[in-house]
Amino acid sequence: MKAHTLSVLVENRAGVLSRVSGLFSRRGFNIESLAVGICEEPGMSRITIVCIGDDAQIEQVMKQLNKLIDVVKVSDITENERVERELALIKVAADPGTGRAEVMQLATIFRAQIIDVGAKTVTLSVAGDTEKIDALEKLLRQYGVKELVRTGKIAMLRGAKTVKSAK
Amino acid sequence: MKTGARILVEGLQREGVETLFGYPGGVVLPIYDELYDSSLRHILVRHEQAAAHAADGFARASGRVGVCLATSGPGACNLVTGIATAYMDSVPVVALTGQVPTSLLGNDAFQESDITGITLPITKHNYLVKRTEDLGHVLREAFYIAGTGRKGPVLIDIPKDVSTRPIEYEFPESEPVTLRGYQPTIRGHAKQIDKAIEMIFDAERPLIYAGGGVIASDASAELLSLVETLGIPITTTLMGLGAVPCDHPLNLGMLGMHGTRSANYAVTESDLLIAIGARFDDRVTGKLDTFASQAKIIHIDIDPAEIGKNKKVDIPIVGDTKSVLQDMLAKIRKKKEYDRWLTRIRGWKEKHPLTYRRDGVLRPQFVVEQLSELLNGEGIIVSEVGQNQMWTAQYFCFRKPRTWITSGGLGTMGYGFPAAMGAHFACPDQVVFDIAGDGSFQMNIQELSTVATNNIPVKVAILNNRFLGMVRQWQELFHDRRYSFTELPPVDFVKIANAYGVDGIRVESVDDVVPALRAAVETDGPFVLDFRVEREENVFPMVPAGAAINEMIGGNYE
Repeated sequence: MKAHTLSVLVENRAGVLSRVSGLFSRRGFNIESLAVGICEEPGMSRITIVCIGDDAQIEQVMKQLNKLIDVVKVSDITENERVERELALIKVAADPGTGRAEVMQLATIFRAQIIDVGAKTVTLSVAGDTEKIDALEKLLRQYGVKELVRTGKIAMLRGAKTVKSAK
Repeated sequence: MKTGARILVEGLQREGVETLFGYPGGVVLPIYDELYDSSLRHILVRHEQAAAHAADGFARASGRVGVCLATSGPGACNLVTGIATAYMDSVPVVALTGQVPTSLLGNDAFQESDITGITLPITKHNYLVKRTEDLGHVLREAFYIAGTGRKGPVLIDIPKDVSTRPIEYEFPESEPVTLRGYQPTIRGHAKQIDKAIEMIFDAERPLIYAGGGVIASDASAELLSLVETLGIPITTTLMGLGAVPCDHPLNLGMLGMHGTRSANYAVTESDLLIAIGARFDDRVTGKLDTFASQAKIIHIDIDPAEIGKNKKVDIPIVGDTKSVLQDMLAKIRKKKEYDRWLTRIRGWKEKHPLTYRRDGVLRPQFVVEQLSELLNGEGIIVSEVGQNQMWTAQYFCFRKPRTWITSGGLGTMGYGFPAAMGAHFACPDQVVFDIAGDGSFQMNIQELSTVATNNIPVKVAILNNRFLGMVRQWQELFHDRRYSFTELPPVDFVKIANAYGVDGIRVESVDDVVPALRAAVETDGPFVLDFRVEREENVFPMVPAGAAINEMIGGNYE
């Protein structure tokens, strides 16, 4: 059992997300994260799905996804050289004084941006791989994380290779 | 200018539809208004579920796409069981539903239900058409998707304003439908086919295991040719019955939970299982670890997702069964003798034929057997679900594809009678029998009105044991005969039939069976036969749930 990153190219139509997510729930597959947005091909969207399973389960997930009429291409890019990013917005309790300075120092170390400063909080925006965001979040916990929002992971192959249509 | 309803009706005609089954209602009024003077034949059912089953029965008997039509909300919801039935057995059906106007969508309007949401997991694809302009090409896509690849039901939900709005519309000249997300593989991979042939000639105890995919792709002739060219024995699933004649010397009959001992023993001892258009369903495999555990497996299927889903496969071949078998046949140039293997199989066949007590008591198997002899491979046999279905599978000798119609995957009680109506419209020259139980028949008994009104000559043979027989059988075997809610009160089915204007006979003795069957066949219209059979008869042999398929119980009567 390990995490697989699937890049799924779909027709950008109403209901396509519920077709994809519904398939996972009714066939008992678990989604770790899911991110969806338009992509370079007109009329299509790309969904990046992280799911956990053994090889047979992942093979079945991919085959079932492929059967959906609105799914144009499914690629498991787990074994490929790739870049991955998640984005998190973290609102941290930071009273003016030492706490606030330390939080801002951490932000610099993690190359996070301060995108909002309030009387008692600062809000950070951080992008990176899952581990980096986990690490920053853990460090910020001691100051008090008021709210945390994370996107699903998005991923792309390194180099000239792409995940294109032609199923 | 054409309204959406006009476009829909024209589109159906362009797809070659002649008959559809439906039930009117508020938001489909514009469509029904178009049907009123169109050349399409609309059969008014008495419950929308029957419309879906009839469309399904039509599709299975004809090999063409069946069509049903219902209104929004309750009408659409009543189609659901029928759509799920078609989905599980890969039957091409286009289900048309009305929907509340687009302005009211999502508003909890009167008779609104999210039918595309509801049918998401039980359709091959579905559409909610929001613009009249889209209706024409959606309809074409729907027929294309339903009837190609691994076939299946497609639903089109049509809001009322979409069907009433007039637009300028001309149907495009019929260029092929292209969908970038849907390109089924038809031709099997040549190298895989070569490897499969090599593996077949390496085997000592090969066995073909064929399923409904053979029927769906009209590959029966190719399958029979393969069986005879190679001289390899064959067993079929419930859905594959009729692909090869039941009395062919190499045919072992059905395998699985209520299969023949010879078929199940052969699977267990074979060293090569050639699965063709079959999906290793749990009712076939029993305990999966022990299923064909000595065998290598070749799996030919149009749906890549079925390959390796339940059982690890040595040689997968994705493609249309007919095409793959044609390619295989073209490449086979030698023949191997499997004498020892065939002798062993013959031994099982002789030692373990399907039997029941022939003691003068009216037993359900006898009824099926007599019908089989009377029709002698002709006619179309539809069944309900339960014991009636298994006895028909065991004792009716099917010789041709598309003459056996049954709900295999979903196991839908109430399927048979309306499906038989659909089968009649597909093959009006064939006699159509619905072999029923008293439980199943009462699930769509209202269709007596439909067959009476339209003089649809479907014959219903009720194996009436006043039990939900299959459930009772399990209670007898596994729940200490505690018959919890499986006993049904006596019903006078002949009187009910008569009340609807349908003829019928009650049969209580063995001697009256054949004359009654003859009377049914010779009657021009519909007919109901109420066979009062032995109440606690069991379907044997049987693989208890979770057991290996060679661990069969029952069925030995000397």
